[in-house]
Amino acid sequence: MTTTEPAPEETEERPIGFGNLLRKEDPRLIRGMGNFVDDIQLPGMLHLAILRSPMAHAKINSIDKSAAEAHPKVVAVITGEDLAAQGLAWMPTLSNDVQAVLATDKVRFQHQEVAFVVAEDRYSARDALELIEVDYEWVDPVIDVRKAMDADSPVIRDDLEGKADNHIFDWETGDEAATQAVFDSADVVVKEEIIYPRVHPAPMETCGCVADVERVSGQLTLWSTTQAPHAHRTVYALVAGLPEHKIRVIAPDIGGGFGNKVPIYPGYVCAIVASLVIGKPVKWMEDRTENLVSTGFARDYVMEGEIAATKEGKILAIRTNVLADHGAFNGVAAPTKYPAGFFGVFTGSYDLEAAYCKMQAVYTNKAPGGVAYACSFRITEAVYLVERIVDCLAYELGMDSAELRLKNFIQPDQFPYESKTGWVYDSGDYEPAMRKAMEMAGYDELRREQAEKREKGELMGIGISFFTEAVGAGPRKDMDILGLGMADGCELRIHPTGKAVVRLSVKTQGQGHETTFAQIVAEEIGIPPEDIEVIHGDTDNTPFGLGTYGSRSTPVSGAAAALVTRKVRDKAQIIASGMLEVSVADLEWNKGSFSVKGDPSKSVTIQDIAMKAHGAGDLPDGIEGGLEAQICYNPENLTYPFGAYICVVDIDPGTAVVKVRRFIAVDDCGTQINPMIIEGQVHGGLADGVGMAMMEMIAFDEDGNCLGGSLMDYLIPTALETPDWETGHTVTPSPHHPIGAKGIGESATVGSPPAVVNAIVDALKPYGIRHADMPLTPSRVWETMQGNHTPPI
Amino acid sequence: MQVNMTVNGKEVSEEIEPRHLLVHFIRDQLGLTGTHWGCDTSNCGTCVVLVDGEPTKSCTTLAAMTGGHEVTTVEGLEVDNVLDPVQEGFMQCHGLQCGFCTPGMMLTARALLDKNPNPSEEVIREAISGQICRCTGYSTIVRSIQWAANHESAVSIGSAS
Repeated sequence: MTTTEPAPEETEERPIGFGNLLRKEDPRLIRGMGNFVDDIQLPGMLHLAILRSPMAHAKINSIDKSAAEAHPKVVAVITGEDLAAQGLAWMPTLSNDVQAVLATDKVRFQHQEVAFVVAEDRYSARDALELIEVDYEWVDPVIDVRKAMDADSPVIRDDLEGKADNHIFDWETGDEAATQAVFDSADVVVKEEIIYPRVHPAPMETCGCVADVERVSGQLTLWSTTQAPHAHRTVYALVAGLPEHKIRVIAPDIGGGFGNKVPIYPGYVCAIVASLVIGKPVKWMEDRTENLVSTGFARDYVMEGEIAATKEGKILAIRTNVLADHGAFNGVAAPTKYPAGFFGVFTGSYDLEAAYCKMQAVYTNKAPGGVAYACSFRITEAVYLVERIVDCLAYELGMDSAELRLKNFIQPDQFPYESKTGWVYDSGDYEPAMRKAMEMAGYDELRREQAEKREKGELMGIGISFFTEAVGAGPRKDMDILGLGMADGCELRIHPTGKAVVRLSVKTQGQGHETTFAQIVAEEIGIPPEDIEVIHGDTDNTPFGLGTYGSRSTPVSGAAAALVTRKVRDKAQIIASGMLEVSVADLEWNKGSFSVKGDPSKSVTIQDIAMKAHGAGDLPDGIEGGLEAQICYNPENLTYPFGAYICVVDIDPGTAVVKVRRFIAVDDCGTQINPMIIEGQVHGGLADGVGMAMMEMIAFDEDGNCLGGSLMDYLIPTALETPDWETGHTVTPSPHHPIGAKGIGESATVGSPPAVVNAIVDALKPYGIRHADMPLTPSRVWETMQGNHTPPI
Repeated sequence: MQVNMTVNGKEVSEEIEPRHLLVHFIRDQLGLTGTHWGCDTSNCGTCVVLVDGEPTKSCTTLAAMTGGHEVTTVEGLEVDNVLDPVQEGFMQCHGLQCGFCTPGMMLTARALLDKNPNPSEEVIREAISGQICRCTGYSTIVRSIQWAANHESAVSIGSAS
């Protein structure tokens, strides 16, 4: 069932449960009283700085650190050789590869970690980096991903035994033969190379940590910019051989994550080692360049897309061949069985006869990573491919791109829908969302305006994207990261006075968990959100779980919060039956109290019950004192949010400057917990989409020098490049999620880039343009208008 | 060297290295960690403070350069437990998510409203265009500043929770 009512207006009364509610996080943040990692100061704390390679590929012949060690404020200088002596020079990545903590034999990407300095203050640590002499010997780098598998290409990963090429993995999904058969007999086949360039999440707060190893007990406390504190703790235990019960990972306030803070970076390990060796707390904070050049990038897919259709516009099949650039180490964060993440959902929102994808992933001399920037495990790339190639088909058929999509949607009665690549879409009702976006945009009027402008030689474009996501990883039977199942725990305690504390395994980086999780508990048990404290981001004080990324907090942890609350409520009902001297079956729940059926005057509130649970006097037989519970939620399926986006652009034909005039976004994330926060999540992702489509790219020169190493080079949208977003929603609850909610954190980042690109390409239609690759900067748009469009990589 | 300045209305006198950046002076030496640091290159604006009422990027300002001047940080916006309307506007209009860029955004907003109490949306966007927010997509920041423009003094509030 889908409803399209507008969100309820906020009233003076605060909702006890779902609805618009101001955030519990804000009072401290608006006063500058947040507690971010770099705000942490400990007595005797030292500062760590990392020396990085100036070359993309080079042997290390020698390192002379004597001058740095002689600096009066330097406490230690550590090289890869020093770490190797402790067996700590390499660490596992989240994809079962290994990555150098500090380079030993050679460096494999520009700005790779080579040595670190620990000094009394941050300026001295940086000064001493200049005093380290490294003798590098140039090795030809592999920068062009298309040449990585050439026979004469230098082997990057000669550290891996027997490795004779730059191959990482081959992967395929769908039915190759069936797809070929459909293509063979189709009326229309359209083929296009579609590139999703390397981009970077660039959260405003860079990555960093404070490591404090207590010498006597061996206890490590690590304040860290991590989206996944529990997973990190386990990995540190495995890497460093530290006993897991002696590791406490604390993620304090985090200044944005977007996937950038999922992996474990060498800097964290360096800080831990430094504190372990020196016996004092050690802080490491990246600078902006380090963040952009060395931490988890995103995308870098070269996709050959093909679509087959009838001449009437019925889409029959989609096929793609992908070349994936994973950089120098395979640092992708994705469930083990899914080396390409969830790219398999590239069939999009359409009912196809067949689909097939073949992919090859390779090493290059670039920074490692691959899954970051709010991508929902590669769904960003998948959605871009399908939504771009569908527009290419519309171009060839001469069909309106909205009409083509409406003609091919999976229909409501087909859900749950199993796609041709084996994904079971839990729910969806696409046409109402599409119609709503078109109505908000005034679609027909926009097309009329466009026609008039084209007559006058003005360039106006209307771009559509309709996306379906698969978020909330994931079912234990299919999904793990490094062998850790992707289920999440939740614990709820009701105190005697009826106030509550709920402890989460996931960790907000701005999504507002302290508010929305209090609302979930409030909705289920009737305690006002202000009486519910949300504890998260501290492994000693929260149950195990895999953290916040891939829009999984609400689908997984949100379900855990609802179910643990129901478990507590069930116990409360038994206690209430004793208090009211009726059977459990004779009670009814009134969101905050139980009353006797047919006699509402006989009731007890959840607060009364909490006091009774902790108080004196007998409880019903078999019931222990206290009112608390803990569960671990194993999702039965992913959730499938979707949305319809329409972007309107104007292009100055004289300068090729693109102005995003309007952006209409209709999202469906199922049941809404806090519409205000959902709107905020969508807005942020839309700005990301404008950035990726028009500005952002981590480029390299032929020697492997990173050309996007500062915010002067890596351009991020400001308030001037972004319009006032127009948002709407439909509600199609997830049938398997306890409250019907889906994820929303990444929908807009996933869905908006194709809308912007489709709009720009649509504006350029008079030039006979069917496709142009991101980032569509004025110079690239200008070249495209001149018929000189070149791929960005 | 010795540097003397006024920070949030209080005289401070500190010994610094001549190369100390204002952002580090404020954060590490004065312990006012509400001012953040984000890029080194004057692009992101998380480090914005007011120097004599003008938005200034403290990551590219030497502490020594502000000697004798008046500096206002986010900690100086709330006076006697009364929030600046800008602070309340950001809370009311969901103008922040992770909260990292927020102090700089609010200070720029305060400086703008001091000069122009009723700015248009265009003027607001121009004013904050030297600052980056990765979370909000800016619309709610614009609304927050408009809220502040429409509310001259905020009521005293302790906490939303």
